[in-house]
This record gives sequence, C-alpha cells and structure tokens, in this order.
Amino acid sequence: MKSSMGKWFSPVILIVLLLLLVALPAYVPSEYTVILITNILMYVVLTLSWAIFSGPTGYISLAPAAFFGVGVYASAILSSDLPLPIVAPIGGAASFVLAYLVGSLTLRLRGMYFTMFTFGLVELVRNSLHWWEVNITGTVGRLIIAADNTTVFYAMVATFLAVLFASYLIRRSKFGLALRSIGESEEAAAHSGVNVNRVKVVMFAVSAFFMGATGATMSMRWTYIDPTLAFSIQYSFMPVLMAIFGGMGHLYAPVTGATIFSLLEEFLTTKFPYYYMLLFGLTMLVVILFMPYGLEGVIEKWRKKIKTGLRDGHETT
Amino acid sequence: MKLLEVAGLNKHFGGLAACTNVDFHVEQGEILGLIGPNGAGKTTIFNLISGALTPDSGAIAFKGRDIAGLKPHEITRMGIGRTFQSVKIFSKMSVFEHVLLGHHFGKAKPLKKKEAKEEAEGVLEFVELLKMKDSRAMDLILANQKRLEVARALATEPELLLLDEVMAGLNPTEVAQAMELAKRIRERGITILMIEHVMKAIMSICDRIIVLHHGEKIAEGVPENISKNKTVIEVYLGE
Repeated sequence: MKSSMGKWFSPVILIVLLLLLVALPAYVPSEYTVILITNILMYVVLTLSWAIFSGPTGYISLAPAAFFGVGVYASAILSSDLPLPIVAPIGGAASFVLAYLVGSLTLRLRGMYFTMFTFGLVELVRNSLHWWEVNITGTVGRLIIAADNTTVFYAMVATFLAVLFASYLIRRSKFGLALRSIGESEEAAAHSGVNVNRVKVVMFAVSAFFMGATGATMSMRWTYIDPTLAFSIQYSFMPVLMAIFGGMGHLYAPVTGATIFSLLEEFLTTKFPYYYMLLFGLTMLVVILFMPYGLEGVIEKWRKKIKTGLRDGHETT
Repeated sequence: MKLLEVAGLNKHFGGLAACTNVDFHVEQGEILGLIGPNGAGKTTIFNLISGALTPDSGAIAFKGRDIAGLKPHEITRMGIGRTFQSVKIFSKMSVFEHVLLGHHFGKAKPLKKKEAKEEAEGVLEFVELLKMKDSRAMDLILANQKRLEVARALATEPELLLLDEVMAGLNPTEVAQAMELAKRIRERGITILMIEHVMKAIMSICDRIIVLHHGEKIAEGVPENISKNKTVIEVYLGE
C-alpha cells in the first residue's frame, strides 16, 4: 500500500519532530510553551492509546478518565518514595489490571451498552475512591510531591514514544489484524480461530496502561489532587473527540488530530472563555458533517489526488 | 471412519424446537448434504457443531473427542472450518488479510509470519482469488465473496468443512464453478458437510444426503434414494 516515498518519508518526519521536541526546553525561553506542549503530548498519548483498542474494534470506550485517574492516584500514593520513571509504569500497571478485570466482565456488551458502562465506570471508581478517602483515610485531597515542568515534559515525550512504538507494533502484528476482524464481524473472527474475548480484553488493558502512565506523569505537575480533579470526565471525552477529529486509519491521524484539537482548545479557552464550549461543539458538528473520516480523510484524498496526478496527469476517481 | 458423530442432539429456542434428537455421522472423505425446507434447523446444526451455540443435550464427537460446548475458536483450531449463510466477510479488509487471519489464528500450531504469507497465497490460488488479493472484500462480487469465505475457512487447515449455502444467489455458471471447487476441496482430503438449496448441485456432488424437517431427521441416504423418497417429496418438495 505504501509508496516508496512514504517509506522513508514518515520516519524522517518523526525523527525531526523528536529532535525538535527533545531540544525544546533548551531554546524556548518561556515555561508556558513547555507546559503547553506537555499538555498537547498528554492528549496525543491519550488519543493514541484510545485508538489502539477502539479504533479497529469500534468499541467506543468512555473509560480513559478512569484509567487516567488510577494513574494519578498511584502517583499520589507512591511519589513520595519513588522516582517518576518507576511511578509512571506502576500507574500504568494499575490501570492495566483494572482494565483487564473490567474488560473481562463488560466486553461482552456491544455498542451503546459498552459505552454507557465505561462511562459509568469513571463515576464508580471516582465515587468509591471518594468514599474511601472520606471514611477510611479521613481526607478528601492529597498532596503530590511535584516534579518540575521540564522533567514532566521529558517523561511525556518518553511516554509518547512508547505508545507510538506500541501502536506501530500492534498494527503490524497479527493482533492488529485480529482487532480489525473483530471490528468487522466478531462471529467470523471467532470462527477463523481468534480467541475474541482474550484479544479484546488484553488490548483494552494495553491501551489502559498508557493512560495510567500518563495520569501518573501528569499529576506531578499538580501539587494537590482530589477524586474530582483526577477523574475529570474531560479525560474521557477529549480523546474520543480528538480521534474522531483526526481519524484513526493511520498512525499520524490521531497524533495530528490531538495536536490541532488541543491547540484549538487552548486558543478558544483563552480568547473566548465564555463561548468556548459552544465554539467547540460547532467545530465538532462541522467536522462530523463535512469530514466523516476526520482530518485523515481530507489528507488521504489530497495524497491520492497528488499521486494519480503525478502518475497519469489526470484524475481518476 | 467416522470423522464426526452427532447423537441425540437437541436445541430449543424458547418454545421452538430447532433440533430434536438428531443423530447422524460424517464419514472421512465424503461430501454429505444437509437439506430441508426453510426453518428446518440446518443452520442450527452448523452452529451447534461449530460452537456458535451450545446444545441443550446430546453429544457431538469430532475424531472421537466430545466437542459440544467448546468455544468457536477452539473448535476451529481442532479442525472444523465453516462459512456463513449470509456472507460475513471483513468488508474493509483485503482478500489477503482474510486468509492471513485464518493462518495466524485458526491452526492447531500457529505459523511463522513468512510461512503464513506463503501459505495464504497458496490458498488464494486454490480458490482462484490470487489476482484480487489486494482488493477490499466489499468490492468483490457475491460469488467471489463466497469463495473468500471458503478460502478463509481453508486457511485454518480444516479436516471438516461446513459449507452453509455457498451456492445461494449465484448464477448457473457460478454454481458450476462452486461445485467444481467443492470437488477439488474434497480431493485435497477435506471432508465436507454442506447445506444447500440448489438441488441439481446437491444431487450431483453429494455422496449421501440427510433431510431435516421441523428440527427432525426424516431421511438419510444416497441421492437417488432421497429423490425417490415419499416423505421427502411430501414435506420438502411440497406435495
């Protein structure tokens, strides 16, 4: 499918991007830019990890906030004793376990029912934790030993690389193939020998791992957390909207979608603090109406046009 | 040798008896036809054998091992492949990927990536779809989609292949080609159990035929006897 140009083109872009990212704190004077880019990276990672499972299978999960929050709390409990590079994977592992358990129970549900359940899961975890904190530990919030902005930034770059690499490997592997077949017809996939439930549960858990690691990392920028902050439902909705906005067919799509969308969010919330939600909604409406495959759909159309244009001088569609 | 043996099979959906005390067996190497009017319970039997449904009671033995109640993927890996009455292709996946999936997951021993690719091409060549290997499944004509389902099942290296109306909706030329394909599959040493409504086809390629009506087996035998059987003519051909 890939052209010979595309084969070296995308790695080159990736490396240039990475070098720019790694060098960023050194040549950008303002803390603000570093924080902004860290935030963008957070959404990129959440969107990419959401797309690992929900992209090919079509199971729309609204659980990212639950897994993100679990990571945040792992960090709240552990960050006083352990350094960030250890806390982040532990946060991820905790989310992996939660997703594995929940997935085993709920991935039989299909369509809207699954989506509703995952939405409820966020509330369930948040309220249980709230109850626990009030009744057992006798507090609502917790303090986190914070890391400085540059450290968090580099940790997010590392997480981004990890999730990008994992997505790439999964897409190329037989499990990527199995996920896509599950999205098309679970019955036919099962009768082709795919252990449908196992593949779904494991991949759901893998995607949760990166969300948990992100939560653990990002919480180090906050000094104070409580269940409402950690399990904010925006961490569930944003990745879904960003994935729809960007598209999910190619790896670059969720990355581009999340980047542009979070820049848009930043711009709208600062320029139009009272109307930004309205403007957001309008943007989404326009995207869904006119770009059913997201940005990716538009980009791929252009690419095709350029390719056929180069090949035979006229369009063939 | 009996490859598959079904004894006292029962399945009810609420008050509807889809399958009542059905006994039959499939000989190694034969083509066995399963016919009957609509709603006779033919596809239910396929679903029970392939693990999509669990029987209420009764035994299904494949190569002497009881497989009733096993999961579909386990039964596939043991060597039973199937196609679907209404095609269930992965519409946005390529023809090649369909077969690759079966090769990766459906075999008792999974293959290495490179071997799987080579074998997948072999299967596509066998069902004459190799030229279309990069096409999306949804872009194929119905006859080729049905072939693709057969290819996907063959990729799991079945010993027993369940074909559910592979000829329905095809034109006479395509029916002839499908019959030819079924014969070639049998020549490969694969046993076939097929549901079919195209009488000409079933009478000419099946070694034996089983007739179902209202979930019960009403006749069994070689095609010549079935076509003369009075009960069969009454319930099936509607006189």
